[in-house]
Amino acid sequence: MAKLNINGKVRDVRVEDDTPLLWVIREHVGLTGTKYGCGVAQCGACSVHINGEVMRSCSIPVGSVKASDKIVTIEGLSANASHPVQKAWATVDVPQCGYCQSGQIMAAAALLKKNPRPTDKDIDEAMTNICRCGTYQRIREAVHVAAGGATTGSKS
Amino acid sequence: MRKMTFGKGKQLSRRKFIVGSAAVAGGGLALGLNVPFAQAQNGAAANEVNIWVAIKPDDTCVIRIARSEMGQGTLTGLAQLVAEELECDWSKVTTEGVTPGRNLASKRAWGEMGTGGSRGIRTSQDYVRRGGAAARIMLLQAAADQWKVPVAELTVSKGIVSHAASKRKTSYGKLAALASKVTPPDPKAIKLKDPKDWTIAGKPLKRLDTADKLNGSKIFAIDLKLPDMLCAAIKDCPVFGGKVTSFDESKIAGMPGVKKVVKVKDTGVAVVADTWWRAKKALDALPIVWDEAGNGNVSSASIAEQLKEGLTSAATNGERKEGGDALKAIDEAAKKVEAVYSTPFLAHACMEMMNATVKLSADKAECWVASQNLEASLAALSEASGVPLAKCEIHRHDPGGGFGRRGGTQDYVHQAVAVAKEFPGVPVKLIWSREEDQAHDFYRPISQCKLSAGLDADGKLTALHVRVSGQSINATLNPKGIEGGKDMRQLQGYYAEPGDAQLGYTVPNLLIEYAMRNTHVPVGPWRGVNTNQNAVYMECFMDEVAKAAGKDPLAFRRALMEKYPKHLAVLNATAEKGDWGKPLPAGVHRGIAQFMGYGSYSAAVAEVSVSDKGKLKVHRLVLGLNCGHAVNPSQIEAQVQGSVAYGLSATLYGEMKVEKGRMTNLNFDSYEIMRLAEFPKVETVIVPTHDFWGGVGEPTICVAAPAVLNAVFAATGKPMRSLPLKNVKLV
Repeated sequence: MAKLNINGKVRDVRVEDDTPLLWVIREHVGLTGTKYGCGVAQCGACSVHINGEVMRSCSIPVGSVKASDKIVTIEGLSANASHPVQKAWATVDVPQCGYCQSGQIMAAAALLKKNPRPTDKDIDEAMTNICRCGTYQRIREAVHVAAGGATTGSKS
Repeated sequence: MRKMTFGKGKQLSRRKFIVGSAAVAGGGLALGLNVPFAQAQNGAAANEVNIWVAIKPDDTCVIRIARSEMGQGTLTGLAQLVAEELECDWSKVTTEGVTPGRNLASKRAWGEMGTGGSRGIRTSQDYVRRGGAAARIMLLQAAADQWKVPVAELTVSKGIVSHAASKRKTSYGKLAALASKVTPPDPKAIKLKDPKDWTIAGKPLKRLDTADKLNGSKIFAIDLKLPDMLCAAIKDCPVFGGKVTSFDESKIAGMPGVKKVVKVKDTGVAVVADTWWRAKKALDALPIVWDEAGNGNVSSASIAEQLKEGLTSAATNGERKEGGDALKAIDEAAKKVEAVYSTPFLAHACMEMMNATVKLSADKAECWVASQNLEASLAALSEASGVPLAKCEIHRHDPGGGFGRRGGTQDYVHQAVAVAKEFPGVPVKLIWSREEDQAHDFYRPISQCKLSAGLDADGKLTALHVRVSGQSINATLNPKGIEGGKDMRQLQGYYAEPGDAQLGYTVPNLLIEYAMRNTHVPVGPWRGVNTNQNAVYMECFMDEVAKAAGKDPLAFRRALMEKYPKHLAVLNATAEKGDWGKPLPAGVHRGIAQFMGYGSYSAAVAEVSVSDKGKLKVHRLVLGLNCGHAVNPSQIEAQVQGSVAYGLSATLYGEMKVEKGRMTNLNFDSYEIMRLAEFPKVETVIVPTHDFWGGVGEPTICVAAPAVLNAVFAATGKPMRSLPLKNVKLV
């Protein structure tokens, strides 16, 4: 049994304490925008915010999450995809298959919250999620766009 | 060897119903089936102008898409081609996926659905454009009939039809119902637009399928929720070809949520539970004894020995021979160059791991699945369930990555059916863990290549011998593709024939050979397939030979390419954009490569540096592509960038090692993938010649690796002959 604050809503879930937060979010709470990619905190597809920090939810046992912890998933990032990162992702036409993009967007949003004008080096260090389609160049550009920069024009 | 084909079906004979891998030309169902499908026959909506186009009263233009969209942008490109001929308002275009059941019931009216081999646009462009044009003709005729004016007096722009003389206007949305009753024109008689007049196609338009990828609302197959659904986790025998001997169910009795343990097709065990995590946890706790079928001693080392023998064996399994005796010419040459290259097995590692949800009812079988070959999914569902095709349906979900993994095999559909059989009427979602996904792929084939060249006194290439030894995709997936023991598929990119994967060099004495050396590891198409390895072998060796000849790598290639103007033009354009020959910052070195695959011509120039400690940094990659017609330059750019990430992940890190008969690299900690920080600046040079239709998703992947490897050769003086580079000491 756990009490979780997800996207501003407090929910009770009946689940074993060692269940990864990812699977609680996906299977018990029913929010499937957060993705399973590796289960070992390598790929970042499962990234969520916990108290404003980006975390890999596949490797966090739900028993270690406190009722007071504020969890935000991709579904709770904004209403109507209006977060600057989501808008930038649309402007730059970032996603290919889209599977990893929830995690990428959550990682970018966390970066920009701490560092509103990241350099390329800051982006290198913060954006460590795997994308098999290879959208990295557009992710970099979109992070700059979300930070208020113009597009680099690498895209036609 | 695991079973790859569908041999057990009672309802269908395999002769009538053939499923091939996605990369096999024509992979899909045998033609000629006419299955009654009530929904399709009666389901034509009033606003459906033809099978490709339906227009709603509010002018929303629904374009039907048969091919799969797994990130490669085909959906948007196909819609652009239809919309171009339709002359509709692009801002009002939406798309709808055709199901394979509907296609089959309509005698494959939507054509082939298989999406692999970079064929999504190039092999459907003609009929989808004709479909859009036919709809336009019918809509205009409907307006002419309504206004009782000659159709020639009408004009159309962005879905608004005008009659200048009477100053009347109407929209497609108002005409669609009438148009659906107009006699369709003969598609073959339609004159298509000259691509130079395109206003929608050929433009770098945004993708149509982005919105739900930004807020978590896109439902991938793995995300599916159905009433009363159960979830299954599976473990197949880790040693390929092995079987389940026994498992001890009592050890997981009472674990939360667990419903049942199911033996799957003799080779695997699945645990079914109320949630997937509970199923996986119980599966991990379940003791299973495996019969390794005698393969438990196979290792990467033993496979390497097996392949090495094929480099010099007497018998071969396919060859291309031109000019005189190449071996003799090399023997007698003023200068000889020889090298042996090798590339490992690779996993696809799609971000969305394999999964399928199946519900079997008394007279119906349904499957929700991400597929590159939806008709193969349908075939697998019918074969495995025993439910006739007409009562099977596939609910299509866009794959979270495909790269060749989700083609004809549909092994996960077979498994999901086997599990669902234990739960009649209940949907069961089978999901592979990442580890299972890595352990049971159809891997990129392993191969080695021995190359020998002869140079004359002036440093001109007089003879070339290429011997590829390695595993055959056809042997795993399409044995019929091997005729008389010959399998030319593994020599992709070395062909004499123009138009697909032609070698762009003229060599006076040429001998290219393939020695088939199969292992117990199943192999399959992997984005770019054999062009990847073959381009590394040919293009890296070219640099070795150029160096031996004392020539610039670009100049050396150009001298061999006179008879291949399209290959040469792309190489030249790429060299120019890549600043070949121009000064570089200290410590930075360039490499170049060119190759052909999937009907398109590619070249690359890489800039790299190697630190004193041997750390490689890829700074810049310029990739050139002539794909004939460029339907969406922005998506081509995205595909080129993607091919760099996929190709260089393999070059730097990719390796599936075999120990004790099984794969050892089971997650991203040991199967490393390139991340954003390592991604070079990629510049895409699209040089379409507008006289053919080539592929886009795969052609450039094969040049990325050799360009980088050649740049490392330039930087270190050491040829890079064994992949991945993580195993190579660079300095």
